[in-house]
Amino acid sequence: MIHEANTWFAERLSDHGIVTRYLEDHHPVEMSCLQIRRLDWTHAAEEARRQDMRFVSLWAAEAGAHDEEALYAYMAFAHLEHRHVLLRTDLNVDDPVLPDISRHYVAAVRMERSLQDMFGIRVEGLVDTRRWLKHEHWPEDAHPMRSSFAANTRMEPNAGEYAFIKAEGDGVYEYPVGPVHAGIIEPGHFRFHAVGEKILNMEERLGYAHKGIEKIFEGLTAIQGSRLAGHISGDSAVAHTWAFAQACENAAYLEVPERAVALRAILCERERMANHIGDIGGVCNDGGFAFMNVQMQRLREDMARAHQDMFGHRLLMDLIISGGVNCDLDANSQHRLSEQTQNLASEVEELRTIYADHPSMQERVIGSGPVSIEDAKSIGLLGYIGRASGVYADARVEEAYPPYNRLQVQIPQGTFGDVATRVWVRFEEIVESARLICNLLKDMPDGPVQTDFIAPEAGISGFDVIEGWRGEISAWVRFGQNGTIDRYAVRDPSEINWLGLELAVREVPVPDFPLNNKSFNCSYSGNDL
Amino acid sequence: MLELFTKIIKTGNRTEPLGEAGNQIEVLGGKLQNAIRQKFRGSLAIREVDAGSCNGCELEIIAMNNCYYDLDRFGVHFVPSPRFADMLLVTGPVTRNMETALKMTYEATPGPKLVVAVGDCAANCGVFGKDNYAIAGAVSDIIPVDVIVHGCPPSPTDMIRGVLAAIEGSGSPG
Repeated sequence: MIHEANTWFAERLSDHGIVTRYLEDHHPVEMSCLQIRRLDWTHAAEEARRQDMRFVSLWAAEAGAHDEEALYAYMAFAHLEHRHVLLRTDLNVDDPVLPDISRHYVAAVRMERSLQDMFGIRVEGLVDTRRWLKHEHWPEDAHPMRSSFAANTRMEPNAGEYAFIKAEGDGVYEYPVGPVHAGIIEPGHFRFHAVGEKILNMEERLGYAHKGIEKIFEGLTAIQGSRLAGHISGDSAVAHTWAFAQACENAAYLEVPERAVALRAILCERERMANHIGDIGGVCNDGGFAFMNVQMQRLREDMARAHQDMFGHRLLMDLIISGGVNCDLDANSQHRLSEQTQNLASEVEELRTIYADHPSMQERVIGSGPVSIEDAKSIGLLGYIGRASGVYADARVEEAYPPYNRLQVQIPQGTFGDVATRVWVRFEEIVESARLICNLLKDMPDGPVQTDFIAPEAGISGFDVIEGWRGEISAWVRFGQNGTIDRYAVRDPSEINWLGLELAVREVPVPDFPLNNKSFNCSYSGNDL
Repeated sequence: MLELFTKIIKTGNRTEPLGEAGNQIEVLGGKLQNAIRQKFRGSLAIREVDAGSCNGCELEIIAMNNCYYDLDRFGVHFVPSPRFADMLLVTGPVTRNMETALKMTYEATPGPKLVVAVGDCAANCGVFGKDNYAIAGAVSDIIPVDVIVHGCPPSPTDMIRGVLAAIEGSGSPG
């Protein structure tokens, strides 16, 4: 394979007088990392927007032990044909100031707020300066991601109140929900403003599940990190461990055995099927269609039991590690898995006709909570939520990473972006995942499933993206001394997709909010880290 | 509609007898009189509280309600508010940002009440660890706990056994 540096975006930037420097200590070269000047930061984002690039992520990292004292900010963009590209700039350690890019990419707002919270970086020009992950009871000067802040610090409680958006006028009422929700779901707060039955505005207040995950990653080995990555969002254990492993392997220039790659994709597609099946049941339950929920949860349980049987874990946790996978399938299991996957897909198809033929359900989902193509593009919505609104962003196609480079992945694409379309996309994806799994099983490469992971030297970073069931997960890792990780920056698709929910539920009757929320099913834990 | 009824008949009754518990349940016990526990038998309302889990335990709690395990048959059901709950089923390491909400939920639950801590994180903070600025502690560091169900996540069978153990007040419920 020829590794050629991706120079496309550097050329576009140079057309506008933005000087870039190619960073050698970043891998892979196809998704290059370019150093730019701080004063070009906003301008570079503007140019990315003009080139129709999708905003991927924004993060920061203190310089490692190998480097001079510095604080870096990174942002990543993706282009349908020209892949992913990273930009980096350095900030003053003592008084870090970063120009705002949210006027070009609205999805950057909450990430910029997180940089203020976690690193004490002042984002110049940021309109919404409220805290995000750092709740009001944290001390003002606590910036956990700085090296001066010890991981085990016990913070003194502080007083303060979050300034929610206010709504005034005749008949407007306010309705707070959470962080403890009525259902069996993760913690988060929703502040509704409604007039009569209709939602005027819904504001999300997240961060309740913040567990300091990025801080805990510091100092772990790549093998220890795999286990933690599986708990970033437990419903996406496969996708998150794969993204983490892939970033580490890129940094280390490590080729994973082909059989391990195929097994990773099988696990990932099974995870996609299980979550889609469970969530379609959930949407139907919120629409009062108990039959569908019972049937879908039955199929989900069948999957969990097969996973326990063949891989040793019902939710497929702890199976992917840096260097390969922890599991294998013998010929008999391959046959059983293929058969079960096909049976599931045909049962889902059978249930789908019953769902489509149930008017009281269809009336609830058709036209509810639409997100327009323009809005979806402008936010950069990911996964089935983006695809329901006609945004074609699927890392399995954009990056075509192995083994998807040898499988033609069919991406369903909707236009209406309502609950019905989001459910439709997920039905389509179940069928497609089943097809991919059977193809992979039919054509399983022989050989080992693991290779020794040898960490790169200090200062080397790696990046990659994996299409989990919720959408693209982006992962950036940098190694420090003794083969340990000194920074892992991960972006769950939910960090972007949560914005879509706020937009979707405007004008929606309050009782239809659960339907919409379930049709998005964003992760709280993955967002809050 | 015909297809729907055909499917129901074809699917049949899938509910299974409750399996044996793995060695995952720890009854802290002794706090409540057995007489009070007796009162919960036959009908128990649970409020689930995610105090900061990764969502893995929630998936398995939802599975307790599927047709195979059918938690309802034991008279146990989930309710949307702590105000009319008899038991809190708490998951996750308790994050700093959820500490107050968990305490308030506990206080809002009328007594006598039971608390079951579900999963390794609820038991001892799991992979996230106690020495962590963002974690307030395990569930028992924040509110009184009656039963701990270990596992990452625990199986639905172990969780049901744990819930029943809390009502029965012993490690081996019938």
